Amino acid sequence: MTLSVNIKRRLGDFALDVSFDAPDGVTVLFGRSGSGKTSVVNVVAGLLRPDEGRIALHDRVLFDAGAGVDVPVHKRRLGYVFQEARLFPHMSVRDNLLYGRKASGLKGQGDLRRVAQMLGIEGLLDRRPARLSGGEAQRVAIGRALLSEPEILLMDEPLAALDAPRKAEILPYLERLRAESGCPIIYVSHNLAEVARLATHLVVLEDGKVLKDGAVSDLLSDPSMVRVFGVRDAGSVLTAQVVDHADDGVTELKVSGGTLWLPTVPAEVGSHLRVRILAQEVLIAADRPVGLSALNVLPVTVLSMKRGDGPGVIVQLKAGDDTLLARVTRRSADALGLHEGGTCFAVLKSVAVAPADVGGGLQSG
Amino acid sequence: MDYLGQEAWQAVALSLKVAFWATVLSLPLGIVTAYALARGRFVGRQILNGLVLVPLIMPPVVTGYLLLLTFGRQGPVGGLLYDWFGVTLAFRWTGAALAAAIMAFPLMVRAIRLAIEAVDPKLEDAAATLGASRLRVFCTVTLPLIAPGIIAGAVMAFAKAVGEFGATITFVSNIPGQTQTIPSAIYAFLQVPGGENAALTLVVISITLALGAVALSEWLARRVAHRISGK
Repeated sequence: MTLSVNIKRRLGDFALDVSFDAPDGVTVLFGRSGSGKTSVVNVVAGLLRPDEGRIALHDRVLFDAGAGVDVPVHKRRLGYVFQEARLFPHMSVRDNLLYGRKASGLKGQGDLRRVAQMLGIEGLLDRRPARLSGGEAQRVAIGRALLSEPEILLMDEPLAALDAPRKAEILPYLERLRAESGCPIIYVSHNLAEVARLATHLVVLEDGKVLKDGAVSDLLSDPSMVRVFGVRDAGSVLTAQVVDHADDGVTELKVSGGTLWLPTVPAEVGSHLRVRILAQEVLIAADRPVGLSALNVLPVTVLSMKRGDGPGVIVQLKAGDDTLLARVTRRSADALGLHEGGTCFAVLKSVAVAPADVGGGLQSG
Repeated sequence: MDYLGQEAWQAVALSLKVAFWATVLSLPLGIVTAYALARGRFVGRQILNGLVLVPLIMPPVVTGYLLLLTFGRQGPVGGLLYDWFGVTLAFRWTGAALAAAIMAFPLMVRAIRLAIEAVDPKLEDAAATLGASRLRVFCTVTLPLIAPGIIAGAVMAFAKAVGEFGATITFVSNIPGQTQTIPSAIYAFLQVPGGENAALTLVVISITLALGAVALSEWLARRVAHRISGK
């Protein structure tokens, strides 16, 4: 395991008692505010000292209460991107970017040009932070963390303070980062859309404890987690490959359970995409529907059915190797005669796509 | 200029010299003390805070007398200084500088401490996560950001040192050309008939110095703040 965390810490009435392993890729710490996400990241960074436990990065012990090990923050070799950019106001963007290199005794400018290019900040190097927009400042903060050549990147809701257009501006950079940086990323979020786009591994926190952790595709298609994610946002994520761009402006995608057609997706033929399908955007049909405007229909098998408190039922469906969630009313489930092991068809009303990791990315366990 | 007399000019020059050295030599200690009070978490922080403030509250004459007891040739510290280094503070301009420094110290520390408390500790945390040791964080982040506060503190201390009277006259007396600073000179002129004109001129000079110092510090602090924020 790349990062292993097993710590306890009391904070007034709140008790943090967290244990998880984060593999390579993006591990998202998910939970509502007050669940302890930021505290966990601060503990890993060394800004908050655990009462007991152990933290190890690769084979390097960062903290071990039993052995009396507590590596100081500045020797942990990590990059931390905070909610607010926290740029040094008295330095130019260039000096901000290179601060970590000088502080950790690294020679030269490193990947300054490549990182600046990747983050789209080449033109801002001589500016002062006061003259940057929120989105620009946050990209500089990401670059500053990267250029210190960290062994792990910690990101605490780096998009939370930004409005929707700025978020949309930075998300693609984070996706490239996941593909290019080569160091594990711990990413704090309470936004399921971000989770669906970025996470490879998911740790769900509740009241300072780990409720569940695992591969993102497993957790997102787990009916028992719908309560945590909320019925509106619950839905599964699967990997698709671009097969063809048709002349009429429709892109053909292959998923393990069949074929999807979507309005032109700006991705090369052969590339992999992440496809997010919300539970409430899936209809279930007993027979293959005809005369329907929806293009995307997948043959599926019912894996499980879970009744919620309301009138809804969460149906877990198997489509090829992937798992989908559908939210239907109890009445329709009864009318359709849905039962575990039965076959039916999933009609997808809408599908959201995002680039996947290089090489297919999504791990499934 | 002649009517002011050599004695008065000597007092002005000596005051400036005393205030300069008092400020320059106490500044590093002032910064360290302010940092300890603003950011430190140690036992005795309140005691240190009280000690720094004492000269502000005690009668200056008492401070001067305590200095004489401690740093006089017969005093515990003064004796050692003389035996080891041949340094005498009492009744010398160096002693005046020491007295001025101690009396001005609370003002200096207060200004710098306020500046340090205004620096967001989150910036210092960010610097630490980037690999900067505590000392490096202080030198590269905290210090540049509190520069306006340091300037303000230094100028306040300088102005206070130029005007210090009670502790100075008690510790180093009022020897023209050696320990007679502007306030001591004004006092001396007022003790002799016909000295009012010279005293009045010195009063004008000290008011000018005080106002000039404040204006200079405001200007410098604004320039530095401007440079720091990059706006």
